[in-house]
Amino acid sequence: MKNTLTRFLLPATAVAGSLALYALTPPARVVPDADNAGLKLPAGFGALVAAETGGRARHLTVTPQGVVYVKLSRVKDGKGILTLHPTSTGKATIAGGFGGYGGTGMYNKDGYLYASSDEDVYRYKLDSKGEVTNPTQPEKIITGLINRKQHESKSVVLDNSGNIYVNVGAYSNSCQERDRRPGSLGMPNCPVLDSAGGIWQFKANKLNQKYGDGMRYATGLRNVVGLDWNQQGNKLFVMQHGRDQLHTLFPDKYTEKESAQFPAECMYALDKGDNAGWPYIYYNQEINKKMMAPEYGGDGKKTVDDKYIDPAAAYPAHMAPNGLLFYTGSMFPEKYKNGAFIAFHGSWNRAPEPQKGYFVVFQPFKNGKPSGNWEVFADNFAGSPEKAASGRADHRPCGLAQGPDGSLYVSDDVKGTIYRIVYNKK
Amino acid sequence: MKSPFLIAAFALLSLPTLAQKKPATPTQKPAASAISGAVLASGKKVYTQNCLTCHMADGGGVQNMNPPLSKTSYVLGDKNRLINILLNGMEDQDIDGESYQNVMPAHDFLTDQQIADVLTYVRNSFGNKASAVQAGEVKTARAAKKK
Repeated sequence: MKNTLTRFLLPATAVAGSLALYALTPPARVVPDADNAGLKLPAGFGALVAAETGGRARHLTVTPQGVVYVKLSRVKDGKGILTLHPTSTGKATIAGGFGGYGGTGMYNKDGYLYASSDEDVYRYKLDSKGEVTNPTQPEKIITGLINRKQHESKSVVLDNSGNIYVNVGAYSNSCQERDRRPGSLGMPNCPVLDSAGGIWQFKANKLNQKYGDGMRYATGLRNVVGLDWNQQGNKLFVMQHGRDQLHTLFPDKYTEKESAQFPAECMYALDKGDNAGWPYIYYNQEINKKMMAPEYGGDGKKTVDDKYIDPAAAYPAHMAPNGLLFYTGSMFPEKYKNGAFIAFHGSWNRAPEPQKGYFVVFQPFKNGKPSGNWEVFADNFAGSPEKAASGRADHRPCGLAQGPDGSLYVSDDVKGTIYRIVYNKK
Repeated sequence: MKSPFLIAAFALLSLPTLAQKKPATPTQKPAASAISGAVLASGKKVYTQNCLTCHMADGGGVQNMNPPLSKTSYVLGDKNRLINILLNGMEDQDIDGESYQNVMPAHDFLTDQQIADVLTYVRNSFGNKASAVQAGEVKTARAAKKK
C-alpha cells in the first residue's frame, strides 16, 4: 500500500517540482537595442525602444501583468489612450486604444486604470489580465477642473487610503495683473489659487466629484506635472515647474543670465494644508533661500523666511520636471531602491542662454527623504548636446513608469517613443 | 506678390491714411530688398528684448507652448491682424492647426516705430520674406483700437 502510494506520488512530485522550477526560471532577458535606443546610461544598464506610438505620449503606467497604457496629449486616430502588449523580446506591440480625449494623467492601482483629460478624471476597470473591461464607458470620477490652456495638464496619483490627488496648474506665470506683461505687478491675494495652483484630493471611487466634493490638499504650487506617492514615507511628493521670465518681465532687477539660472525647479514633500508660496516667492538654489517675487516687491535679494514650506530638493531652473517615479523594483542595483527618478522634459525659458534638461535624473533617497546629490541617469533624448542646447530636441522625456520586472519605462511626447531601460549586469 | 495686393485691399477697405499713400505702394513691390539694414537692426533689438525668450532665437517657437514665427500664416498674412496681435496680445488661438499654451501679452507699450521695426524684422527673418510694416500702419491700428 505504502509502496504503491510512493510509486504514485513520486512522479507527481517530480512533475510539480519541475513545474515550480519552470515558474521560477526568469523569463528570457530583455535585450537592449545595440545603440541603447540612443540613450547614454550608467554602466550595466541598457535601453530599447519598446514601441513607437507616433503620438504625443505624456504619462504612462504598467499593470502588474505588464500591459502598458499610454496617455496622449492629443487624440490620435480617435484614441487618447494606447494599449501596449509586452512580447518576449521586451518590445511591446500596440494592441489598440480607447478614450477619445487628450490629456496627461495615467496611473493604475488595485485593478483600476485612472486617466485624465485637461478637465476631468476617469477610471476604468482592469481584469485579471490587466485589460480594460469598459473602454467606452469609464466612470467619470472628477469633473469640471479649470483649464485655461496655460498649465492645463492634470496629473494623478493615489495614496493607500482610497484618495486620488490631482494637480491643477495655475493659469498664469506669476499672478500678474496682466499675465507675462513686463512690469505688471502681482494681484493681491492671488485669486488664481481658489481653483488652481495646487493639488486637490478626491475620493478614488466616487463619481462626478467637483471642486466642492474634494479638498485643496496643498496650495502655492504653480504647476506640477510629475508627482508620485512615496511608499516609505507614506507621503505625496511633487515636482513644481518654477516661474518664467524674471529678466523679460523685470529687466532692471534681473540679468538674462540670472533669468536663465533662477528659480530652481523644486521637489516638495506635501502634507495636508501645505503652502509652497507661489506666486509670492520663488526659490534660489544657490543660497537655498525663498525669494520675494518681483511682482510682490522682490528685487532679487529680499528673502522670505516664514510662512511657506521649503523644498525637499532643488534642481536647475526651467528644466521642466514632467515625470516623478519612486523606484520600488528589484531589477536595478540596491542604491536605486526607493529613490526617485525625475524626467526633465527640457527647458525653453533659458534663451538666449543654452537650454538644459532633456534627461532622466536619479535622486537618491533615504528613509523617505532625499539624501545625497542627484545625478543624470538617462541622457541624450535630444539626440546630441547641440540639439539640447538649442532646444530642438529629437525626443523629450515626459512620463515614467515601472514594469513588473523592475524595468523603467520612459515616454517621449515629441515622437511618441516608449523607452524601456533595464539592468543586465549581475 | 500677395502683399502689394493685400495692402491695396486694406487701403480700399478701411484705411484712409494708407489710401492717400496708395501711389507709393508700387515702389515697395520688391518688398524685402527695399528694407534698410537700420530697420532690421532696430527690429532685431526689439525682438531680442521682448520676443526671443518665447519665440526663440531661430523663430522656431516651442512645441505646444509658443508658436513659431517662421512661415506661418499669421506672420506672412494680413499685416493688420499681425499688428493687432502685438497691440492686444493673443491667447487660446490655434495657429495652422497647432495649439499653444502660453499667453502672448499685449505689447502696446512698444512705440509705433518699434512695433513696425520688429514686425518687419520678423517678416524678413527665419526664412520669411514679406513686405515691411510701416509705423503709420501701426498708428492707424492703434487709433482704430481706441475707438
